[in-house]
Amino acid sequence: MAFSNVILVFMISLQFGMYGMMIDNTLALFTGHLQVQANGYKDDKKIRQTVPDAAALADRLSETIDGARVAVRANAFALVSSADRSFGVQVVGVQPDKEPGISTLPGLVVTGSYLQGRSEEVVIGSILARNLKVGVDDELTLIGSGKDGSFAAVVATVSGIFESGIAVLDRNMVEMPLSLFQETFFMGDSAHEIVMRMPGLDDVPLAVSAVSAALPSDQDLVVHDWDALQPGLKQAIQADIAGAWFMYGVLVVLVAFSVLNTVLMSVLERTREFGIVLSLGLSPGRLAWLVMLETALMAILGLLLGVLIGWAVTAWFGYAGFSYPGMEVMADKFNLPARIFPQATMLSLFLGPGVVFVGTLLASIYPALRIHLLEPVQAMRAA
Amino acid sequence: MTAVRCIELCRTFIQGDQKITGLDHVTLEVEKGEFVCLVAPSGGGKTTLLNAIGGLDRPDSGEVWVAGKRIDQLSKGALAEMRLNNIGFVFQAYNLIPVLTARENVEFVMQVQGRPAKERRELAENVLAEVGLTGLEDRLPAKMSGGQQQRVAVARAIVTRPAMVLADEPTANLDSHTAEQLMELFVELNRTHKTTFIIATHDQRVMSYARRIVSLLDGRIVKDQQQAT
Repeated sequence: MAFSNVILVFMISLQFGMYGMMIDNTLALFTGHLQVQANGYKDDKKIRQTVPDAAALADRLSETIDGARVAVRANAFALVSSADRSFGVQVVGVQPDKEPGISTLPGLVVTGSYLQGRSEEVVIGSILARNLKVGVDDELTLIGSGKDGSFAAVVATVSGIFESGIAVLDRNMVEMPLSLFQETFFMGDSAHEIVMRMPGLDDVPLAVSAVSAALPSDQDLVVHDWDALQPGLKQAIQADIAGAWFMYGVLVVLVAFSVLNTVLMSVLERTREFGIVLSLGLSPGRLAWLVMLETALMAILGLLLGVLIGWAVTAWFGYAGFSYPGMEVMADKFNLPARIFPQATMLSLFLGPGVVFVGTLLASIYPALRIHLLEPVQAMRAA
Repeated sequence: MTAVRCIELCRTFIQGDQKITGLDHVTLEVEKGEFVCLVAPSGGGKTTLLNAIGGLDRPDSGEVWVAGKRIDQLSKGALAEMRLNNIGFVFQAYNLIPVLTARENVEFVMQVQGRPAKERRELAENVLAEVGLTGLEDRLPAKMSGGQQQRVAVARAIVTRPAMVLADEPTANLDSHTAEQLMELFVELNRTHKTTFIIATHDQRVMSYARRIVSLLDGRIVKDQQQAT
């Protein structure tokens, strides 16, 4: 029982830690914890649906929300051409000084450097660079439609090439300074997203309320948290949790049956002794209660040992990290680092052992009921 | 005052295809303070009658009254309560709890009664001394001889000074000297505390201490006689 509790504590802590890291890493790369957008932009990304005077609003939010890092982005689709080739890409206008605060992408530049604040520069994904056959300091031409529907075009120099490991970003994304984007796509001072990153996931719900309250009432703006922005992420986690719960359920059932077997055997083995104490005047109800109490004490001991050892194991792996052969491939796929750090919380420590505890108590009911059927004379004759 | 009244008790057992008669319309009355021996050959029904009187087994028909209360229809819990507070049992096979020491075995009934630890300990030590087991209080049953174990069982049966002691072949595994000591102890308790003794036996030595001998054969009472001791 204690061993299964240790496994449950460690596995649930590992799982929670993995989800936390998966969410954090995914959101840290680009999406952020929450975004302010024009109402409807999330589902239909039209260039006209903008946040007016976005930089000023972002500054106000940055002052209002404690611990928040805030940056402005604008998005458009364009055709990017090198000397040899052309591809359709997503162009993102960013604030070069603030983007590193909300995204890990600037840190993933593998060749050249991130946007330095020069007027006409871009960073592009590694696959796009390969496809376009360009390198740092090469020129690219971007052609698209402006906010007002007019022709938008710019020639910019590649200042850096990033490699996020996520194919869709590395193949299709071009980042340029927000000022250049606004000038090229005739955006004025507007943008599409005010992206915010909070100190932790737990701060998001409060931040959403605070940001909603701080938005100007005369503009049709909305706040989306990461759950709304990345529904697939939550669905993937929920699917994984469902699978894991099934596995944990099987483990709990196995433990419950093993306890049932142990308690039942201990009752059967002591049938003669039970017959003696019944004949001496101990009531069957009290004897059944004693057996249940005995099982409960065993379960409490198992719970305490399991939680304690499970916590110690989790704490150690939480410090040193957990990895296994072949994990790098899976980790890349799920946007996880090569080492996972289990996260011990009250929930992960007590959820599994708590269910095992209840299962153990339930498993002791049948043997206790059997005691009620014992007849002292027959019981004393048992071998 | 009547300690035990059995009216038309019948009890049969099924063993394979065979129907065995344990008790066949047994009617018996025992007064408080009597010293009675139930005498029968093996399978004669003496243990079955003892079990019915002690509420360890239920008759198929008939009535069992103990201390003025009908017990054959009581629930298991109520029967246990009745045994706990009224009856001391001495079994042929001792039936000590193997994981408890002599003192703990003797204390067990008092513990179930909810008596304080100090009182339990004092009474247990006194009664163990009474049965001649001073110095063996902390010994486990497995480390004791048959006679010593039987004396622990007797100590357990009498420690609460029950109104009635039911003993099933109490001397079967004892040497003659120990058996004599045990019977003298029973007689002394019967004399001083008016404890009712009903002893199932086919040991002549035991019968010689009884004032009344009830003989059974094939589950029927065939003779019920008083005798001088």
